[in-house]
Amino acid sequence: MYFVIAGGGQVGFHLAQALIEAGHEVMVIEEERRRAQWIQEQLGNIVLTGSADEGRFLLEAGCQRADAVIAATGDDPVNLVVCQMAKVHCRVPRVIARVNDPKNEIVFKKLGIEETVSSTRVLMSVIEQELPMRGLVPIMPLVTAGLEIVEAEIAEDSPSAGKPIKELRLPEGATVGCIVRKRQLVRARADERLQPGDRIIAFTPTSAEPEVRKALVG
Amino acid sequence: MKVLIVGCGRVGGMLAGRLDAEGNEVTIVDENSAAFAKNLPQSFNGSTVLGNGIDMDVLRGAGIQEVEAFVIATNGDNRNIMGAQIAKEIFGVRRVLCKINDPIRAQTYRSKGIETWSRTTILSELVHEMLIGRDSEPGSLLDRARRREAILAGDVVPQEE
Repeated sequence: MYFVIAGGGQVGFHLAQALIEAGHEVMVIEEERRRAQWIQEQLGNIVLTGSADEGRFLLEAGCQRADAVIAATGDDPVNLVVCQMAKVHCRVPRVIARVNDPKNEIVFKKLGIEETVSSTRVLMSVIEQELPMRGLVPIMPLVTAGLEIVEAEIAEDSPSAGKPIKELRLPEGATVGCIVRKRQLVRARADERLQPGDRIIAFTPTSAEPEVRKALVG
Repeated sequence: MKVLIVGCGRVGGMLAGRLDAEGNEVTIVDENSAAFAKNLPQSFNGSTVLGNGIDMDVLRGAGIQEVEAFVIATNGDNRNIMGAQIAKEIFGVRRVLCKINDPIRAQTYRSKGIETWSRTTILSELVHEMLIGRDSEPGSLLDRARRREAILAGDVVPQEE
């Protein structure tokens, strides 16, 4: 596939590298000449020097035949404009925006950019997973399905402790994916009883997360 | 008329002062408190709001839900475009005016119902008129400047179907 990446900072550069290693064709648009040159030294002739928010550079990068455009700069307004210009002018089938301020995720969606990745939110969720926290930890959103993957650690006094999965009062559309027990993966069979110390990986509609929290950890 | 202006630079400040003097209810937003003192006239009676003019909470606090017109004139085209779309599409403000200096971007967002102006085309049109005199092209300065933008955009942008 052919990907155009706007912004050759840390995110853009490492993304380009990973996509190239996976056998894809990539073009990075980077405004700063010295950074562009450095990327070229690392990854070869896959850099266009220019500002990605200007229509002409998107066209020059061949966005018309791109499978996706990823706006990965550290500036939210730039990422919004890049995605909108790519959609309107180049009819790119898929645009993905990096969102730096998590508050802007909702703004981007309302302005027609459905697929966003909030680096701040991802970082926060990774740190939350590292911390010994009680309760429900969001692991990752499945944006297109409106779902969230969450993890819960069952404590002695959790309402779900000792109960079989089929008796959990999970909301409509939520389901237990699997159980991690003493570092082993345990299948989530309907009559499997949850034990204190179990880590539950569950899928839930984003809106029903509070009910899942209530059912699993109280 | 209730008007919300984002960006208290020379243009935003002068416009705010004039609209205020004409009896309109003006609120102006800027991230930098020094901008108010520098660019608003002493006589300004409207409200000033310190904050990020493309943040929905700041705009809500500045009363965007009640205004009839929204003007954004910060010095970044992309910020202006984002703010203008928030006003138009999220808050449903009837008239949204936005400074976009790049003609290609201006052309794109004008088709979304945002009224744009560009310092570049307006000034070059004006100076051209001063130097050569008014040519045979019809329309106001703004009309002619917009036509110039469309031509510039047409050079590099494929025609919309």
